[in-house]
Amino acid sequence: MDHPETATPLELSEQSRQRIADIIDRYPTGQSALMPCIWVIQEEIGWIPPAAIDHLVDTLGVTRARVHELLTFYTMFRTEKPAQYVLEVCQNISCHVLGAREIIAHLEKRLGIRIGEATPDGKFALHGVECLGACGHGPMLQLGKHFYEYLTPEKVDDLLENLRKDVVPRADTDRHLEEDA
Amino acid sequence: MSREECKILSARFGRPDGHRLKVYEAEGGYQALRQVLGERQPDEVIEAVKESGLRGRGGAGFPTGVKWGFVPKDADQVYFFVNADESEPGTFKDRYLMDYDPHQMIEGTIISSYAVRANLAFIYIRGEFGWLIDRVQKAVDEAYAAGYLGKDILGRGYDLDMIVHKGAGAYICGEETGLINSVTGTKGQPSIKPPFPAVSGFLGKPTIVNNVETVAAVPWIMIHGAEAYRAHGTEKSAGTKLWSVSGPVKNQGVFEVPLGIPFADFYRDHLGGMRDGEEFKACIVGGSSVPVLTADEMMGCNLDYESLQEAGTMLGSGGMIMIPKSADMVELIKVLMHFYWDESCGQCTPCREGTGWLHRLIGKLLKGEGVPDDLDLLDKVCEGMGGLTICPLADAAVMPMQSFLQRFRAEFEARIHETATPGSPSRWARGE
Repeated sequence: MDHPETATPLELSEQSRQRIADIIDRYPTGQSALMPCIWVIQEEIGWIPPAAIDHLVDTLGVTRARVHELLTFYTMFRTEKPAQYVLEVCQNISCHVLGAREIIAHLEKRLGIRIGEATPDGKFALHGVECLGACGHGPMLQLGKHFYEYLTPEKVDDLLENLRKDVVPRADTDRHLEEDA
Repeated sequence: MSREECKILSARFGRPDGHRLKVYEAEGGYQALRQVLGERQPDEVIEAVKESGLRGRGGAGFPTGVKWGFVPKDADQVYFFVNADESEPGTFKDRYLMDYDPHQMIEGTIISSYAVRANLAFIYIRGEFGWLIDRVQKAVDEAYAAGYLGKDILGRGYDLDMIVHKGAGAYICGEETGLINSVTGTKGQPSIKPPFPAVSGFLGKPTIVNNVETVAAVPWIMIHGAEAYRAHGTEKSAGTKLWSVSGPVKNQGVFEVPLGIPFADFYRDHLGGMRDGEEFKACIVGGSSVPVLTADEMMGCNLDYESLQEAGTMLGSGGMIMIPKSADMVELIKVLMHFYWDESCGQCTPCREGTGWLHRLIGKLLKGEGVPDDLDLLDKVCEGMGGLTICPLADAAVMPMQSFLQRFRAEFEARIHETATPGSPSRWARGE
């Protein structure tokens, strides 16, 4: 099959390839396996490059349009390489009432960027997002798989200082990592 | 009744080890499954849940056992979906259920799947709950290893597979047909009902979609019986409910109380009142999609489906957003209208365009460019949206919008500048 979009071949670990094979095995149709397979690739690479789309088309027997449909409808899927640390701040009602606006202003000041922008060095991006299900724990932000909650300007400073040194501090939702250790 | 007596769902909340299989088993976990599988017929389970009065806790409040009863008895394949896409602003109870007690949800899902004769169950968790997806997956793996999932569960001849499915950021997937379509591998756009999913859902087969809190109550009902469950709550609103409370109250969090208690008691005993310096102005009691009530109205309400409906709102998801006097209601509704505009899936014109109109009109008021006609126009746009779309997202935007306008009109009027030069009003605005 001819793939005009592809510039470089997809580099995917054996582990992710195995995960994709397991998903195809468990889901009743190739198309129903598409969303979890996109996740496997994004969790390893951080985004969905054109070569990944080719891979999904070939592996699952779905159309290219179907893959693009999912990539553009669901806001968590990324079709461009993201910043190293994407800070997603909730700006919905509960967090708003609890002071999200001040936290966003503080983040913008400290990072020197506005909501929706990334720092020129590609280290940080700042996004405003809708309710993340941490309403009684606001204001809050999401970084990767975890939530930083009950934010104050001091807590934000501490987080940024650590991330600048490439240390990801323990998140409020990290507790099980210690329990299960 | 003391707080401890009604811990049907929240017994392990806040505990560091409650998510472990061994802890769950030591406290009676998976005993309900042992009592049910091979001992009771699926229809007996459905009857027991009907008798318990359990109603869907995701928002609609439909009787769970009745929903299960809609599945055709001669179906060759049935699917069971747990809706863990918890995305309704103000709601964070399912997160607690999965974080502190994933096995309770899993056991409830197995029994519920058995009742409707499903052999494949999906737990659809919103993608943003990354750490929770790992936690639930780990619990599912434990359940497989212990023989509670897979082929011939507990040697009783029942097979069930369970897949933890990760969402990817779309509020609309919390609507049951949107959720089913999402797992099919398409955009999560809702489908017209009927046919209802219980008759024709995932891949055209009968499919039951239940909220996490709904299935989590099932093991307790199996062990203690329908009558014991009905002993909590009111006649029509049986059992207990989890309330997710956010806002500047003394105690935020998730609270389990029997349905029907007076809000005033709940506010005093559980929330501890507002924080110092804050005054209670308004409450959105059931997640952002239900009408707002004033503090005075709330203080006269009981927390059950019927009382809240009588008061002009809905119990919804139980996502209780406490609004202080310091909050600007026009700003708050802007935040909500941005949300519905952002999350409208785009397939129905009244919703896709209407949410944008509402969002832009409120933005205009906030910029100081509002004219008197704008408040009427807000009402008109709402009239052109409610009840006219495939799913209730348009209504979910209209209910807060209209109730904010109705109950806090003075704050909107204060944003209108009588001297502002009206642009050329549209024919719609002129009412032609």
